[in-house]
Amino acid sequence: MKAGMPAVIVALMAVAACGDSMRDQPRYDPLSAAQGWPHNQSARVPPEGTVARDDSMAPDPQSPPTALSRAQLERGRERYGIFCSPCHGGSGHGDGMVVQRGFPAPPSLHSERLRAAPLRHYYDVISGGIGRMYAYGARVPPQDRWAIAVYIRALQLSQHATVDDLAPGERKALEKQP
Amino acid sequence: MPQIFHRRTDGLVRILLASGGLAIVALAVVAYFIDRSPYLTGQGAVPEQPVPFSHQHHVAGLGIDCRYCHTGVEKSPFAGLPDTHTCMSCHSQLWTNAQMLAPVRDSLERDIPLRWIRVHKLADFVYFNHRVHVTNGIGCESCHGRVDRMPLMRQAAPLTMQWCLDCHRNPGPSLRPPGQITAMGIEPASEARAATSGHTLLKQYAIHTNRLTECITCHR
Ligand code: HEC
Ligand code: HEC
Ligand code: HEC
Ligand code: HEC
Ligand code: HEC
Repeated sequence: MKAGMPAVIVALMAVAACGDSMRDQPRYDPLSAAQGWPHNQSARVPPEGTVARDDSMAPDPQSPPTALSRAQLERGRERYGIFCSPCHGGSGHGDGMVVQRGFPAPPSLHSERLRAAPLRHYYDVISGGIGRMYAYGARVPPQDRWAIAVYIRALQLSQHATVDDLAPGERKALEKQP
Repeated sequence: MPQIFHRRTDGLVRILLASGGLAIVALAVVAYFIDRSPYLTGQGAVPEQPVPFSHQHHVAGLGIDCRYCHTGVEKSPFAGLPDTHTCMSCHSQLWTNAQMLAPVRDSLERDIPLRWIRVHKLADFVYFNHRVHVTNGIGCESCHGRVDRMPLMRQAAPLTMQWCLDCHRNPGPSLRPPGQITAMGIEPASEARAATSGHTLLKQYAIHTNRLTECITCHR
């Protein structure tokens, strides 16, 4: 009996190592199913009016809360490319790839009306959508909304620049061209 | 006393012992390869989805960036899967009668989430984080392959521990400049180029490779 003990213990340990309890631990992964909760999913929709811990309670400002910077413009260009260019097109004329496949064309961002619109208008359109354009507020956080608004303004300037807007050196270089 | 065993028994026992040993080795080798075979790692598997969503059409055909749909990829461990609202931002106007998209419209109407079947699934004892990789120069392509050529999503990499470590030991050649993380079809740097550009990128991203092979990095 005594001699058999180690063998029994080893056999028990071998059995204990079976099963996949380390591989599938009793916890919820993102978006995993959870019986008994709404829609049987572990992810919950925050109640209306919830403010994230590090968010500001103040109402949205009328203009970008941070000073204009090159980094912000670059960020705006990147985010515009991801979220807006499929429909509005790279230069904002409303001829993106999805429009070419039959999506109703959005207005050009270079119209008189939109050029005169305040930056806050773009912020609001992104947050809440407009007409047939869905809201992008869930995917584009406030900082990025302002960055996109600022970038759209830069796009508009780029399409309506005149020779007088150039620095003297650049102007000379342009005038030299045939 | 007469002999109990025949004279040939000695040889027989040796052969039995040797083949027993060989069998154990062979079993171990077979087990090793089965463990790494696509059958167990899931590499190449294509699970059936509620909607046959084509990355090829949406990424290569329409040029939509990964982050339009996988919004969490730069800021959280989890890349995120698109909700019904994301699909409907285009399909409220496009292909509105397609039978293929009926589950999406149904999901919007009845306010019941779409249930995508997971293609990749790491064991729970592995800690993985998209943000650290994507904001430190590793492109989606390095781990997910040519997504723009997948009519249906499949698992391109084996996702074994060895696979993670192969890169963690020498990430230089896989690194890309920040603007090219979601781009597809970028050749991995050649050995010679990697030696120079990989090194500068390692510096630029301030990656310390000595930490990357610690157990605690991926098991915490
Ligand atoms: C799925 C296609 C689509 C995407 C993506 C899209 N839009 Fe639009 N957008 C439209 C359409 C369509 C309209 C016209 C809406 C209408 O009047 O029905 C529009 C209108 C607009 C307008 C004009 C509003 C006005 O006052 O007339 C602005 C500004 C705008 N979008 C900004 C954006 C920005 C910024 C983004 C990126 C975050 C974006 N859009 C992404 C389709 C899109
Ligand atoms: C930015 C716009 C856009 C978004 C977002 C979008 N689609 Fe599409 N989708 C299209 C367009 C445009 C087509 C038509 C493709 C073509 O003509 O080549 C299409 C086609 C399809 C088709 C038809 C078969 C095929 O692949 O051509 C399916 C199915 C489909 N989409 C599913 C989805 C699902 C599911 C989602 C949400 C995860 C989604 N789409 C999100 C624009 C979009
Ligand atoms: C139009 C929306 C859309 C775009 C753009 C998109 N995806 Fe997806 N992706 C989906 C949907 C929906 C699924 C879930 C269905 C499936 O697995 O086929 C998915 C699944 C995946 C998965 C598998 C997830 C799992 O279950 O393990 C990976 C990996 C992935 N996408 C990578 C990418 C990459 C890389 C890009 C950019 C090159 C990209 N996706 C662009 C919508 C999109
Ligand atoms: C270093 C390798 C690596 C890189 C780079 C990477 N992924 Fe992943 N991805 C994984 C692994 C591993 C999983 C499985 C995670 C799990 O099961 O927990 C995964 C899972 C996913 C999923 C399913 C949801 C999730 O988070 O589990 C999506 C969607 C996805 N990846 C998209 C992307 C996109 C888009 C990019 C590029 C912007 C990207 N991945 C870059 C390795 C990578
Ligand atoms: C193609 C290359 C590549 C692959 C494949 C890869 N990684 Fe990484 N991983 C990196 C790089 C580069 C970093 C360094 C980021 C840094 O130090 O800033 C990193 C960092 C990490 C970190 C964070 C380390 C820390 O604490 O700073 C974790 C966790 C991690 N990887 C887990 C994994 C797991 C798990 C897998 C396999 C499923 C994997 N990685 C596959 C390249 C890769």
